[in-house]
Amino acid sequence: MDFFHVLVVLLESTIRVSVPLVFAALAGLFTERAGVFDISLEGKMLGAAFAAGAAAAVSQSVWVGLVAAILVSVLLSLVHGYASITQRGNQIVSGVAINFIVAGATVILGEAWFRQGGRTPALVEGARFQVVNFPGADAIRDVPVLGPVYADLLSGHFLLTYLAFAMVPISWWILFRTRFGLRLRAVGENPGAVDTAGISVIWLRYRAVICCGILCGFAGAYLSLAMTAGFVKGMTAGKGYIALAALIFAKWRPVNVMFACLLFGFLDALAIRLQGAPLPLIGQVPVQFMQALPYILTVILLAGFIGKAIPPKAGGVPYVKER
Amino acid sequence: MSTPYAKLPGWVEYGLIPLVNLAVAFLVAGLVVLLVGENPFEAAYHLINGAFGRGEYIGFTLYYATTFIFTGLAVAVAFHAGLFNIGGEGQAYVGGIGVALACLWLDQVMPWYVVFPLAILGSAFFGAIWAFLPGWLQARRGSHIVITTIMFNFIASSLMVYLLTRVLKPLGSMAPQTRTFAEGGQLPKLDWLLSIFGLNVGTAPFNISFLLALAAAFAVWVLIWRTRLGYEMRTMGHSPSAARYAGIRESRIVVITMMISGGLAGMMALNPIMGEQFRMQLDFVQGAGFVGIAVALMGRSHPGGIIPAAILFGVLYQGGAEIAFEMPSISRDMIVIIQGLVILFAGALENMFRPPIARAFAMRGERAALVQTKGA
Repeated sequence: MDFFHVLVVLLESTIRVSVPLVFAALAGLFTERAGVFDISLEGKMLGAAFAAGAAAAVSQSVWVGLVAAILVSVLLSLVHGYASITQRGNQIVSGVAINFIVAGATVILGEAWFRQGGRTPALVEGARFQVVNFPGADAIRDVPVLGPVYADLLSGHFLLTYLAFAMVPISWWILFRTRFGLRLRAVGENPGAVDTAGISVIWLRYRAVICCGILCGFAGAYLSLAMTAGFVKGMTAGKGYIALAALIFAKWRPVNVMFACLLFGFLDALAIRLQGAPLPLIGQVPVQFMQALPYILTVILLAGFIGKAIPPKAGGVPYVKER
Repeated sequence: MSTPYAKLPGWVEYGLIPLVNLAVAFLVAGLVVLLVGENPFEAAYHLINGAFGRGEYIGFTLYYATTFIFTGLAVAVAFHAGLFNIGGEGQAYVGGIGVALACLWLDQVMPWYVVFPLAILGSAFFGAIWAFLPGWLQARRGSHIVITTIMFNFIASSLMVYLLTRVLKPLGSMAPQTRTFAEGGQLPKLDWLLSIFGLNVGTAPFNISFLLALAAAFAVWVLIWRTRLGYEMRTMGHSPSAARYAGIRESRIVVITMMISGGLAGMMALNPIMGEQFRMQLDFVQGAGFVGIAVALMGRSHPGGIIPAAILFGVLYQGGAEIAFEMPSISRDMIVIIQGLVILFAGALENMFRPPIARAFAMRGERAALVQTKGA
């Protein structure tokens, strides 16, 4: 059962590293479906992680940390929204700007407030999320096959982990089964038609951007309140871009987003696990290749060699109402 | 794309509005300094003094500016053709391979003036290669260039870590870098240029690639405004459909533009590798590719604007180091914030102050017209 044990450990760490990706990619799904491109997922996540770490350290409450994360992330989303919806600026430029401002500000403020080299103080119990153990998990751990799957794979994760995977069907339901979702998708395909129907394009896009902010807030809070105990400078380390890649890889569909995030998470977990150990048949694979694989896969997909990724039609184009 | 804004006089368009945007960016940066509990005016003093206070400081400022001229030009060239090349970082990083190969091959047998032209070609070649694929994918397969260039930045980063830890590292060494180049791989300093003004360059790595950067800026001006290719690029940037009607081969222009852009980004590698460290290290680009975006936006994609914008960022980098030294609670990350704010206000929010300024000018124009009719 050694192989099975390795597999369970691998899948467990896959789930752990996939959570921020799922949140962030779903966040991107909301804005991009509404026609606002967002490459500032990275920055929002980082800002949220910092806010969560700082607020939880000061208040000693994990919930204050979570609320702070969401507030900061929504605020950054609104900046992006103001620039790209109201001011009709370039959405890519705005996203780049937010990533920079946050990358600098988290270090400067963290150093000024806590003086620990850009970290926030390590969080004690109560100020961070604890793992949730399902009833009877310890009792059946020794049962073959079923035991490890139940005890290690399903049970023993953070509350936010379950929320992340619950958000997948919820996002699907919101986007594809509610009036708000229908309009949101319409505004990303043909804003003119939505406007003609007497619905405000501006307000709809702002709501989509706020949804994005909330989800990025969860992603950031997971990083600094659950995965590690506190904020470390630059802790998102490109996860926002991986989430963006996953979103494209999933062709802007919620359930595919989850699988794309799990795939990229699995590659990450595998790279850590292998650490240059030789694989059967293939031989030794450089760690760097494994790290680059999500990006390479996305480029291949974008090139249309594995199906075709067609973005929302009005994506990236500011809406100018005729006057 | 039609702009819903009235046309303004040139000096307002290219002078006043960028300055207003810049001023607001610095105002917000000043607020951040206040938030940290320091005096923004003192920070500004250290910034200016750190950048211009001594010949050595000016040397450093211009050394950084050299790097940013290259990456700024790279972004600007792509902008003219309506392409957003966000991959300058990766292209510059990969461009380093060309410099390193030229130096490792010839540095012990040839003088610098033989190695340098080869290194220029090498850096431009590798940078262009790295931009070719995203360009080709955009032209032929319709993959969005912003996304592919972001992906290529990460792929470049992994590739370079692999090369520097496994291939280019000298045997028996632990550090992920090439060996230090001999005399032939080291560019001469431009101390004579500063000594004309009575300044001493000191230890600053202000080197001959600055002159190459100025030449590149002139070449870009010629390319964009004085050649057929540049005309086609600008046509495509203004209106892809008009370009298609005019019989301009879109995919050819996209690929060529991206390769020129990547080549310019790649040439940035000359400055740190042959001009300062005399070896290729991990992460030698240090975000210069992204600074290029801010520089191109500030300089309105014109070489005449890019050079002062690059010098401004050189001031920020060199003066920022001085601030970090003098005011311990402000680290060099302050530069990253200012950079982000400049990109935000000069780029994404560039139209925020346009309506009030345009209104002010419209009113002045009306009054002038009124005065004229009265006089007649």
